[in-house]
Formats: sequence, structure tokens, C-alpha cells
Amino acid sequence: MDQALASRGRTVKARSAQTGVWALLPGALSLAVLLTLMGGALAAIFSVAPPIRPVAILQDPYIGKVVRFTLWQAILSTTLSVGLALPVARALARRDQFPGRRLLVTFLGLPVVMPVIVAVLGLVAVYGKSGLINTWVAYLGGETALSLYGLTGILMAHVFFNLPLAVRLLLPAWQTIPEESWKLASSLGLSSRLLVRFIEWPAISPFLPGVCLIVFLLCFTSFAVVLTLGGGPASTTIEVAIYQSLRYDFDPAQAAMLALIQFTLCTSIALVLVKWIPLLAHSSGRRIDARHRPDLKNPIGRTLDISLILTTACFLFIPVLAVFIHGIRGPITSVISNPDLWWAVLRSLLIALGATGTACGLALGLALSARFLRFSLRMPRASEMLILMGSLSLAIPAMIIGTGLFIVLLQAGALDRGTLLVICAVNALMILPYLIRSIAPTLMRSGQEYDRLCAQLGLRGWPRFRVVDWPAIRRPIGFSLGIGGALSFGDMGVAALFDTQGDTTLPVLLFRQMGAYRFDEASVTAVILMLLSVSLFWLIDRSVGR
Amino acid sequence: MMLPRLSPTWSFLSGVLLLIATATSRADVPILTVYTYSSFASEWGPGPLIEPAYEAHCGCDLKFVALEDGAALLGRLKLEGARTSADVILGLDTSLTMEAMDTGLLMPHDIDLKTIAFATPWNDPVFLPFDLGYFGFVYDSESVGTPPASLKELVDNPDSPPIIIQDPRTSTPGLGLLLWMRSVFGDEEMAAWARLSPRIVTVTKGWSEAYGLFLEGEAPMVLSYTTSPAYHRHVEQTDRFKVAMFDEGHYQQVEVAARVTTSTQPERAQDFLRFMLSDVVQQLLPTTNWMLPAVRTNQALPEAFLEAELPARILSFTPDDVKTNRKEWIKRWLAAVER
Repeated sequence: MDQALASRGRTVKARSAQTGVWALLPGALSLAVLLTLMGGALAAIFSVAPPIRPVAILQDPYIGKVVRFTLWQAILSTTLSVGLALPVARALARRDQFPGRRLLVTFLGLPVVMPVIVAVLGLVAVYGKSGLINTWVAYLGGETALSLYGLTGILMAHVFFNLPLAVRLLLPAWQTIPEESWKLASSLGLSSRLLVRFIEWPAISPFLPGVCLIVFLLCFTSFAVVLTLGGGPASTTIEVAIYQSLRYDFDPAQAAMLALIQFTLCTSIALVLVKWIPLLAHSSGRRIDARHRPDLKNPIGRTLDISLILTTACFLFIPVLAVFIHGIRGPITSVISNPDLWWAVLRSLLIALGATGTACGLALGLALSARFLRFSLRMPRASEMLILMGSLSLAIPAMIIGTGLFIVLLQAGALDRGTLLVICAVNALMILPYLIRSIAPTLMRSGQEYDRLCAQLGLRGWPRFRVVDWPAIRRPIGFSLGIGGALSFGDMGVAALFDTQGDTTLPVLLFRQMGAYRFDEASVTAVILMLLSVSLFWLIDRSVGR
Repeated sequence: MMLPRLSPTWSFLSGVLLLIATATSRADVPILTVYTYSSFASEWGPGPLIEPAYEAHCGCDLKFVALEDGAALLGRLKLEGARTSADVILGLDTSLTMEAMDTGLLMPHDIDLKTIAFATPWNDPVFLPFDLGYFGFVYDSESVGTPPASLKELVDNPDSPPIIIQDPRTSTPGLGLLLWMRSVFGDEEMAAWARLSPRIVTVTKGWSEAYGLFLEGEAPMVLSYTTSPAYHRHVEQTDRFKVAMFDEGHYQQVEVAARVTTSTQPERAQDFLRFMLSDVVQQLLPTTNWMLPAVRTNQALPEAFLEAELPARILSFTPDDVKTNRKEWIKRWLAAVER
């Protein structure tokens, strides 16, 4: 099998030698943009403040402690989020017929796009000291030991944000299982356990490292959640130290150096994860519904699935509902009659569109060239590295890239015109990992299945993309673009240095309301933000990913 | 395939952008650019009231550039250096002033301080105070009967209410409490923090998170300002939230403004600083910025501000002390409260 593939590889390699340059161009361009933005931002910071030795920083016991805690909580959070997401995704894959499933799956995109402070207040409304659970228990005469603060709170919040994301990223894995496998399993009468071992696991495992990487990066770079729910300074992540250096110690060089350390750590972890990604995803035949699985009728499995789905839905959506109810009880009319709100909506929309457009271009460029590297040039490691570069942009904090690009704009004398552009660029970098991680596996599979056919038909370039690739990737692209759009709609990471008066976005408005004691108004804005985010997500997901 | 479908949207959006651009450019009047923090310029803050008042007074265009907070303001000024377009910076507090002086970008205000009846003794040649406040612990009177009467009681009485505070590494009130503890307990502050630590529910990134959690009922008491209850009385007509007044006194936060050397219109900048001290502005600060006027006027404070909520004693360090010791004191704080 491998030999056959290898010999096929050689012929294809010869044939595609002259198209090689062109096929590598999109990836090279994307990579150039990526490195220019990230490297340029860091270089700009170091140009105004000379760099310090990284060793000196790492020898600081405070930083050492912070690094250890960051790693520890990120590993725990990732294990928990992805570990729990697996059975939930499986339950959803097995039960693909129940009413409300589509809605449920759509709403899984909601937690990850909620502004952190809103999500924290939602979690608090349910699990906090005066939250729903403690109130009910107290009403029944009991008392709970439930405390949200400490490692429990951090893990709970990270699972809240990342479990639904992981479920959505994992769900497509089940669709790669070929019909023949189910048929064979049925005729052999395989039990549910054996199905997992021989059919499902091999299908899911190629997706797993990528999903783990995304969740790990998100938890690693988590900031306000960790500080607020961690209960105290013992829960400090590198991002907190970066923020502290940048904002209160006025030490941009230290901040940039810490960002580099964070980037290096994340890259090392990513390199470990990449080792586990199988070089070739498993081939898939015609896709079928889950209703042909042999283990559907099992009553225990059924009960288990239903209760798993219900529990997850409750865990995720009660806090969301709490935020929602709080919001619709607020001063709705005064909030929506404020023209600032609608300007902010417009500006956020513009940023979301700009950022997702840019990120989509970058991701497609990287993924298409990576595919060429893997299948035509037989350079799987180089291919994986290219994809990896796209996943790691999350490891340099938005505030560092924002500050760096601010300096660039300043030196170019383009501060007035460039603000929106910079915010778009930073957001594009922050959502690129989602896009690349959902586009790349599908594009690779499409390459594996159709590369030979396309070569025989002489189908390449744009026609091939349109006819062969687009139908395969539009679903994952739709989903990740939707997430990206919603995320950049709700982002305020880069706003700090820019004029928040002239360039108000919806999250900045929310922050300003809270800063002016207007917590009720802020809760209305939060609902508007959530509704618009989820509509944007839904709209992009449905129109692109039909 | 997607591009043709999107292009009408893009052209619409660029049209809108163009409209915004044309709508905001005004005729040829001189522009005075003032860097301030976000909530000062926000629609609930004093900014929108000061702007028309000053514009009528000077015949110029007053433009606020709103940065996230005081630290972000200074951060931006530092990055911009001599290229800054700011004529005035407005809203640093005294823990940032030394850092700001080091930029070499600020010039003396040249205003005769003797003629002004400041509420707190003042003789700084560069920074002019425009309002001030005091850190204080705000409590929910529905769950706290008798609040602690002193910082010592809060620290030492194991039955005093649990609190939410802000992180001194990432917020101004957080740093304020650190300085407050330091001025009451001196070198014993680490032991005091260790005693207080079990009753700290959580430490948040900034004021908004802490106050939001407090309003959600996560703790009966929160680190805020002594003027917070006045907000609830004035805007929400509720007496539920009160501030615990401490015998040792309260740590003071003075907000200041200064002229920028690179400004091409230093006279107008000076005029604006003077305007900030006028009755017009001083009167609207309490109910918009929720801070107390820096200048004594004959006018009484709005009704919502109670005499009983003014501290009997005022605590503060010099800006120089803060600058020299901040890092060391934060280190000590970390060592004392890390659990």
C-alpha cells in the first residue's frame, strides 16, 4: 500500500514539477503576511525598547511560577474539555435525528464568542454564591460546598468555553466514516465498544491533535477568566504578566519578550501534538447518516446519549439563559435608542467581515499549498509545518500585535486611517487557527481522494478548487468563518491603545457601560452582542456552508 | 464565487465609511486634542458636557481621544513621544505622575495655585488636580448589618464580611488598596494581608469585573470608591449600597491634567486646564465622573453625596514614594496572598 502510494507520488511529482511554483505561491504569500504581521509587530516593539535577555526573565522566580501555572492549568483544561467533548460529540453523531438538534449544534458556537466578562457573570448567576444552584439548595434547607473560585472555577469556565467548540470541531470526524465500515460492522454484529475501537477511533484520531491544539492555545492564553475565577494571584497566566508589563510597568520590551516565550512554549507543545497527527487521514467513501449504525437501537446507549446531550445542554445554556434573562429585564429602550450602539454594531460588523475575509484568504493559501506539499511533493512534514504556522498565531497576544502595529502606524504617520485596518489584521490572526484547523483536514482528505483523478483530468488551479475542493470544504469553512466572524465581532483585545471614542465597537461600548456603573445597560448590550454574534455565525454558516 | 455576491456589501460599507469621514471633518477652527480615559469621555461621563461648554468659551474644536484607562493613556503618550497629537492629557492619577514626568513631554501649567482653593494641599508645577476620590469598601446593607469600622477590624476580625478586590498589577483601585494597607500597617502589611487573605473571595483584573460580581451577590463587600453609594442614590434611587468608613482614614486618589510640550497651542491648553477648575466643570464632575471636586466652591455637593461619606482622615504617599516602591510592594503583596 505504502509502496504503491510512493510510486504514484513519484509520477505525480514529475508531472507537477512545473506547476509547483504556482501551487506553492498562495502558501508562501500567506506565510509572508503572517510572519510580517507577527514579526513586524515584535520588531516594532523592540525598535522602541531594546530587547532583554530571555534567560534573565525565565530566571525570575515570579515568571517561573507563572509559566508553570499557565502550563498546568492549560493541560488540565484541555484534557477536561476535549475529554468531555468526545462522548458528547459521539452522542450527537449517533443521534442525528432528534428535534432541535440543528439548533443545538448552532448554539454550540455561542459560548466561545461571549465576551469573557459576560460569560463569567453568566456562570456566576448559576454556580456562584447567590447563584441558582446555591439558592435552590438553600431553599430546600441544604447547603452546598460549591465554590466557583480556585482551580474549579478556572476549569469550569474553560470547559464552558471550549467543550462546545471541541464538539463542533470533532463532529465532522464521524462523517468521514465510510458506509462500508458500518455495513461490515453490522454483519459482524460488533458491539458498541468494538465500534469505538475499530471504526470510530481511527476516524476521529486524525482530528484530535488539531482540536487539542486549538483548545490548548485558548486555555494557555486565557487571562481575565483565570484571574477572576482563580481567586487570587496564585492563578496568574503569562498573559497577565504580559498585560502587567505592557500596561502598568511600561516595559514593552519585557512584554514582547514574554510573548516570545509564550510563543516558543506553545510551538513546542504544538510540535509534540503534531507528531501524533497521522500522515494520511483515513480514506472515506460515500458519506452516510448515522442511522445505519448497528448500535442505534441499544436502550442503554440511547439513554446514555440522551442524558449526555441534556446535561451538556443544561451546563452550557443555563448560564447563557441567565445572561439573556438579565438582559431582557434591563432598560432595553434606552439602550437601543442610543445611536452609539448602532455605530458600534456597524463598526464591529465591518471588523468581523474584514477579519474573516483576511483570515479565510490566509487559511486557504496555507492549506492549499500544504496539500500540494504533502501529496504532490511528498513532503508531509513541511506540509504540517505550514499548517502549524497558521495555528500558532493565537500564541502571540492580541495586545502585543496591536501595540506593535500601533507603533508601525505611528511611524508611518497613518494613525488616523489605519486603526480599523490594524484591528482587522489582529482579529484575523486571532481567528486564523480556527479556520486552518477545520479547513486543512478536509482539504487534505479531498486531496487524498481526488488528487490522482484531477491529475488525470488535467484539472488544477481555480477550476479544480471550484469543482472539487469547494463542495468538500464549504461546510467546515462555513462553520469556522461563522465562529471567526462572531469572535471578531465580540473582540476588544486590541482596543486599549486606540481611541475608543471614535472607534467604539460593541464590546468596547459594553466595557464603557460597566465602567460607568451602567451594569443593567451593559447586560442589555451583552444580549444584543450575543444575538448579533449568533446571527452572524448562523448567517455565515448557513450561506457559505450550505 | 463568493466575491461577486459580497461586492455590493463592500461598496455599501465603504460608502458608509466615506460618509462618516465627511461628516466628522469640520470647518477650519483650531482643534484642541485632549487625551483622556474612556469613561471620562463616554456618554455618561463629563466629556460630552464639557465639550460644548468649552467650545462655546474658546471658539475652538475640543477633541477627546479616549483611551481605555489612565495607564493606557500614559502608555500611548510614551509610545508616541514627540509625535503625539495631544495638547493636554487628562486623567492620570498620582500613582502615574512620576512615570509621566519621565517622558519629558509635560510642561508646567504656569497657573497661580495660590488663587485656587484646592480641596487638598497642592503645589505641583506640572500637574493640576481636577477631581479626587477615596478608595473605600462598598457593602450591601441587606447582607451586612454592621460593617467593620476600621481597616484593622476588617483585617483582624475573622467574622468581618468576605470581600472582592482588584489586582494591584492590573488595576488602579487594586494598587490603591495596596498603598492603603501599606500606609496603615507599614512594614507589617504582609502579615495583615495574610490575615485578610482567607476572606478575599477573589481578585479581579479591574474594577468592572469586581463590581459586577459584587452586584451579582458573590460577596457582600467590594473595593471601590467612597462615592459609589452616591451613584446608587442619585441614579437608581436606592439606599441599599453603603460605604464602610474607616477610622484610620481612606487612601486618596487625585486625578490630574497637564500640558504637553509638543503642543502648538500652549495658551489654549493652559486655558483649558483653567476651565477644568471653573465652577462649571467642577460642579458637574460629582454626578458624571463620580469623583469629588478638586476645588472648593460655595456650591454644596449634590444631595446624594453625604457628609458622613467624606473621610475624616486622608492617607496618601507622594508620587515619588509610589514610583520607587511600587514593584517591591507588589512583590511583597504576591508573597503574602498567594495561596
